[in-house]
Amino acid sequence: MAQQTSPPDTKALDESPARGYSSDAAGLGRLRAGAFVAPALALIAVFLVFPALWVIYLGLMNYRLTGIAAAEPQFVGLDNYLKALSDPGFWNSTVLTFQFVLGSAVIGQVVLGFTLAWLMRNRRGTLKSVVEGVVILAWILPSAVVAFLWVALLDRDSGTLNALLGIPGFAWLLDYPMLSIILFNTWRGTAFSMMLYGAALGNVPPSHLESARLAGASGWQQLRDVVFPHIRGHILTNLLLISLWTFNDFGPFLLTAGGPENKTEILAVYVYKTALQAGDLGYGAAISTIILLINLVVAIFYLRLLRRKG
Amino acid sequence: MAAIELRGLTKVYPGGVKALDSLDLTIPDGEFFALLGPSGCGKTTLLRTIAGLETATGGAVVIGGRDVTRVQPGGRDVAMVFQDYALFPHMDVTDNIAYPLRIKKVAKGERRAKAEEVAARLGLEKLMDRRPGQLSGGQQQRVALARVMATQAQAFLFDEPLSNLDARLRLEARTFLKKLQRELGVTTVFVTHDQAEALAMADRMAIMEAGLIRQIGTPSEVFQRPANTFVAGFIGSTPMNLLDAVARGDTLEVAGCKVPVPASAEGLVVDGEKLVYGVRPEYMTYQAGTVEGGLSGSVVILENLGASHLVTLDVGGVTVQGVVAEGEEPALGEQGAVVPRSDRALVYRDGELVAA
Repeated sequence: MAQQTSPPDTKALDESPARGYSSDAAGLGRLRAGAFVAPALALIAVFLVFPALWVIYLGLMNYRLTGIAAAEPQFVGLDNYLKALSDPGFWNSTVLTFQFVLGSAVIGQVVLGFTLAWLMRNRRGTLKSVVEGVVILAWILPSAVVAFLWVALLDRDSGTLNALLGIPGFAWLLDYPMLSIILFNTWRGTAFSMMLYGAALGNVPPSHLESARLAGASGWQQLRDVVFPHIRGHILTNLLLISLWTFNDFGPFLLTAGGPENKTEILAVYVYKTALQAGDLGYGAAISTIILLINLVVAIFYLRLLRRKG
Repeated sequence: MAAIELRGLTKVYPGGVKALDSLDLTIPDGEFFALLGPSGCGKTTLLRTIAGLETATGGAVVIGGRDVTRVQPGGRDVAMVFQDYALFPHMDVTDNIAYPLRIKKVAKGERRAKAEEVAARLGLEKLMDRRPGQLSGGQQQRVALARVMATQAQAFLFDEPLSNLDARLRLEARTFLKKLQRELGVTTVFVTHDQAEALAMADRMAIMEAGLIRQIGTPSEVFQRPANTFVAGFIGSTPMNLLDAVARGDTLEVAGCKVPVPASAEGLVVDGEKLVYGVRPEYMTYQAGTVEGGLSGSVVILENLGASHLVTLDVGGVTVQGVVAEGEEPALGEQGAVVPRSDRALVYRDGELVAA
């Protein structure tokens, strides 16, 4: 039988207009499309862009909360920034913040969150529900409640921890202030890492783990050769998010108010104390801008790592 | 290289599902053995229990004379090719092949040399620096094979080794795998749901259903003399005719026609008992008109199988199928008969083969 091929339908092709990708897919026109986006843009402008620009503006002024400088602020250029660089309080806070981020986010939340997710990965039933419930509870409780709970736990004379350990009068918040807020923030934030790693571990193909087991790989070797390479992207994303969150976290203030002797005065607390308690708005704004720059550097560092192929 | 022996092997999953029901099986050294069955029959569980990825609830797994029932997978000296090949995406081909050697702490130079030697044998030498993501499905399969070969394990286990390949490649890989196994001479167990694959590759095979082994035999035994109607229905690319029959002296009454009692069941049937008459379409010859000792009816469907045709006859309301060579196919609606080969026809009583 001869192959039957109908001639192509050229007429339909000729009449149809050139069908490329149009830049106006919805057919709204520039004006109406703009009207749809306008409310969102207005909100972003009012609540994000304007405050950010305002902070930069404030950082260049000697603006104060009260007094003459509040009524007639003067332009001081980079004076506030230069002041920050020679301010031991600022450097102290920066060092403390890095300790806080390293201890509670990078080591505490990531290690604890991953360990919990790894141990719970194949479990079902009550134990898993209880562990997840407790961890997530710490995450969803309001900060004020959590802070009160920790004060009640660590109190020198009537604290729960001292009662349990039988060492009344041991002042945790005075003797180990940084350790206290690191543990506090680890406890508070582990849920996020645990859930993220729980989901990530679900994506590791079981056959890859089994293949390693058949080769005789130990638990650690399975983690090194199969699990970590598979969830590398998740680890970096997790680190990026919680590093930034922890860097800007104000929670420890509720526990220690920056003390004793400024030993827990992380940058967020330092800005609060400078700008609102001491009233030096211009200087506080300058430090805020520096925090923003540090955040940018941290973010770029992680994003670079993420982009590099594993 | 070693024999694999299973004694009373039982696996019950939490919740009471019995995946393996007291299985006994011996796979001699160097054999290419297929586990065949429909999905959910327990064939993959059996393979994973041999590998140690599942723990047996009862019985024993003996590999090379050593009871490994309670031994971890890594200590059993078996290697496995997974259905998805399980190549590590962040390692190149060399590192993937050498991975089991790295775990065994073989020196770097030595394991690279071994990987290259095995890879060259499988035609992978030009791909050593690639990552699995840069390989085709067939190449990935060969890397997975190279990885098990590099281990020099006592036994190889393949889980559905061909199912991730496209149809054309699957046929090539089938021939290739069989040749490779023959050359290596390593005891190999593979799981498949495709009866044609099992028939083509295996030295012997076990057909499983619901955690039980229904027949163990060579491909030709399983094809020609299925031990029960389950195996008869499962094996063969065209389904076997399984027809209700009643014994009448030395003939059987099937769909209103009389056929002789098959040679295998002569003297074993009781007059008047109800049986199932089984004969493969391939063992039927077609003749026009009504034929003594054949099943006569009208041709209702013709299916082209390439070099032959599958003829479906309506014999007194019962569907009977036979195969005719190309060029000899009847016309639709024609009256004709399919005549079974007496030495290939079988009789089943209560689902089991009637034979001496």
